[in-house]
Amino acid sequence: MIAAAGAILRKDLRLELRTKESVPAMTLFTLTVYVLFHFGLDRDSLDGELAAGVLWVTLLLAAVIGVSRLFAAEREQGGIDALLLAPVDRTSLFLAKGAALFLFLVAVEVVAVPAFGLLLLGPGLGGALPELLLILALGDIGIAAVGALVAALAAETRARELIAPLLLLPLLVPVLIACAQATEPFLRPDQGPEDLGRWLTLLTLYDVVFVLLSVAVFDYLLED
Amino acid sequence: MYSKGFVPLAIATVVTLATAMGLVFFYAPLDADQGFVQKIFYVHVPMAIVSLCGFVAGGVMAIKHLRSGDSSWDMRSYVAIHISIILGVGVLATGAIWAKASWGHWWVWDEPVLVSFLVVVLLYCVYYPLRFSIEDRERQARYSSVFAIAAGAFVPLNFAAVRMAEAYTHPRVLSQTGGSMPGEMRLTFLISLLAMALLFVTLWKLELTSKHASMQLKRLKRKLAEREVVTT
Repeated sequence: MIAAAGAILRKDLRLELRTKESVPAMTLFTLTVYVLFHFGLDRDSLDGELAAGVLWVTLLLAAVIGVSRLFAAEREQGGIDALLLAPVDRTSLFLAKGAALFLFLVAVEVVAVPAFGLLLLGPGLGGALPELLLILALGDIGIAAVGALVAALAAETRARELIAPLLLLPLLVPVLIACAQATEPFLRPDQGPEDLGRWLTLLTLYDVVFVLLSVAVFDYLLED
Repeated sequence: MYSKGFVPLAIATVVTLATAMGLVFFYAPLDADQGFVQKIFYVHVPMAIVSLCGFVAGGVMAIKHLRSGDSSWDMRSYVAIHISIILGVGVLATGAIWAKASWGHWWVWDEPVLVSFLVVVLLYCVYYPLRFSIEDRERQARYSSVFAIAAGAFVPLNFAAVRMAEAYTHPRVLSQTGGSMPGEMRLTFLISLLAMALLFVTLWKLELTSKHASMQLKRLKRKLAEREVVTT
């Protein structure tokens, strides 16, 4: 199962490296949204709650793009039939797609988070890097698990471009709450953790529930 | 198939609803703080509880469908979610009315239960476009069930998250829904809750019966049309 998941993941990463379709688009999108927020809020620098909210809303919106493209290559070129015919467990497909989405998000954040620090954030980012990385990683796991599930759910519907974001964003409200609340104290001028453990617990719980749930129900999707 | 015991159930629902309304208006004491407005509590809270239980029940029926492959469980899950969404819209409306009357605003963001409810209703509203944009019957049932399970698990998680977010900025003592309710209020509330639950089950059965009947009618019509084609 792990070997099959690894093979599919390698295929997805190679495809992404060659076509450069999702990650550059998602990164560009985050930068555009920062510009939109700059003009929409009419502020040159943000801090605290506003900064955390802008950062996480931007990342979630970028994730929507990644999710709606997650099965695009298979669908457009008909590769999905080959994948489904292969004697491979659906769980490995879920793990591969979730891992691909996770890596895409990490790649986007490598650019998007420093860019946020440069463009919009008032206080520096450097003070709390380990904690911030932990929050980003836990948030990305949740987004990747729910994203892979939603992408598979929406893949077979007629209006998939509509349904994927509509499904994804309400499902990610707890992630937004936990991540934004956990990040907020680090983005204030007087940095310092506040209630960090509580939000990390919530994020971990969310991640565990949705990874297990997706593994359990993924078998019933993409069956024929 | 679904109509067994429907008439006694409907009668019980009507009687309980009437009793609950009578108790609300003539028996339950006026709230010392909010006065008459507080009586909306006996509609709003039972509706919210029943609708949430309906969402979770829809998820459980969806699990049964995926395990057994019996499409009638999918139909049950669909109708349960359908009626829960209708009740959910009612909860948001009565909540807004209550908020306007007691706090002066139509919408209050620091009321965690109301906000979580909005997120849940927004999520479940996607059930319809998802379900009806899949043509293949069997696949439609399967995908809807997967959605119902994921969303059913999401409901408690979402409540925990929103409550934590609000408790963080607004520490709240347990409100009047808590243990400090006087006996008359508690009795009225419990009867109202029972009435709402019965109403849910009655509507659920009614909708199932009508869906089943219209499906049978469609099948018969198709058969008739086929026969006409053959004979002419």
